[in-house]
Amino acid sequence: MTVIERREIALVDLLDRLLAGGVVITGDITLRIADVDLVRIDLNALISSVNAQVPAPWGDST
Amino acid sequence: MTGLRYVYAVCRPFDAALQSQLTGVAGAPPKLLHHRGLVAVVSAVPERDFAEEPLRAHLEDLDWLTATARAHQGVIDALTTVTTPLPLRLGTVFRDDSGVRMMLEAREGDFLRTLDRLAGRVEWGVKVYVESAAGESAESPQGPDTENGWAAGKAMSGRDYLRRRSQRVKEHESGLRKAEEFAERLHEMLAAHAEDSRLHAPQSAQLSGTSGRNVLNAAYLVPRAQSEEFVEIVDRTKGEMPGIRVELTGPWAAYSFAGEKP
Repeated sequence: MTVIERREIALVDLLDRLLAGGVVITGDITLRIADVDLVRIDLNALISSVNAQVPAPWGDST
Repeated sequence: MTGLRYVYAVCRPFDAALQSQLTGVAGAPPKLLHHRGLVAVVSAVPERDFAEEPLRAHLEDLDWLTATARAHQGVIDALTTVTTPLPLRLGTVFRDDSGVRMMLEAREGDFLRTLDRLAGRVEWGVKVYVESAAGESAESPQGPDTENGWAAGKAMSGRDYLRRRSQRVKEHESGLRKAEEFAERLHEMLAAHAEDSRLHAPQSAQLSGTSGRNVLNAAYLVPRAQSEEFVEIVDRTKGEMPGIRVELTGPWAAYSFAGEKP
């Protein structure tokens, strides 16, 4: 593979993946300390407080 | 090790050693916890920061979240050089090693299936932005008029003003529509060159700190061996259409494809 220019990863790109992606472990056997879904809602509130939500151009087709 | 267990990823066993300098989210080096045919990559984290209440509070602190997200990514990145990790959601914490082992055992089948699906694949991110005044005038359609007309002291009739403003709104709408059509075509084409794809919500300009309006924020699952070709396809679309910017990020571990298929 060719060397691809790697700038520092933008925080938003990282959060798209770390807060919306990754395997979510739920269930009684886990401590499930982090309710990240809830936190994501808070983050969205934070974001929309500085900027009107940009609507998706088309429906989520995946 | 004492404290809680933060889990970054689940992998199949691998031979290579992790970089000795690697540190995890709370500064402790990540360790490999083997259980049957799987390996959890874990590090000790203190209860004062990672128990439920403090963690919840910390996640709303953008500086803390930034540092933690970068440390998590650092571990995942190191893993991608030696294996194909299955990344876990940020902030997955267990009481102790036996909790991690129980989780591995309970989800063994799912993990093995997903690891097979992702083996040798990476994720590429592609974003499309509408540049140009079209994107900005959406926020304040009368902005340019104020500069060119009123502020310069030129007389402008109400009808002229309204006509110019409606013209700008039309230009903006047609620019945005073209960009959306471009993004949709690009997405279809890239999805055809990928094994799977996901659409993320468009990013807010305030949060990303980049110019232009984000109309496509997508992720594509591509075999490593075909990544060069995929990158070339994306590169060819750059500059294809004036006023539109295409950005590529990656290769990422397959964060966006770690869940079961929707």
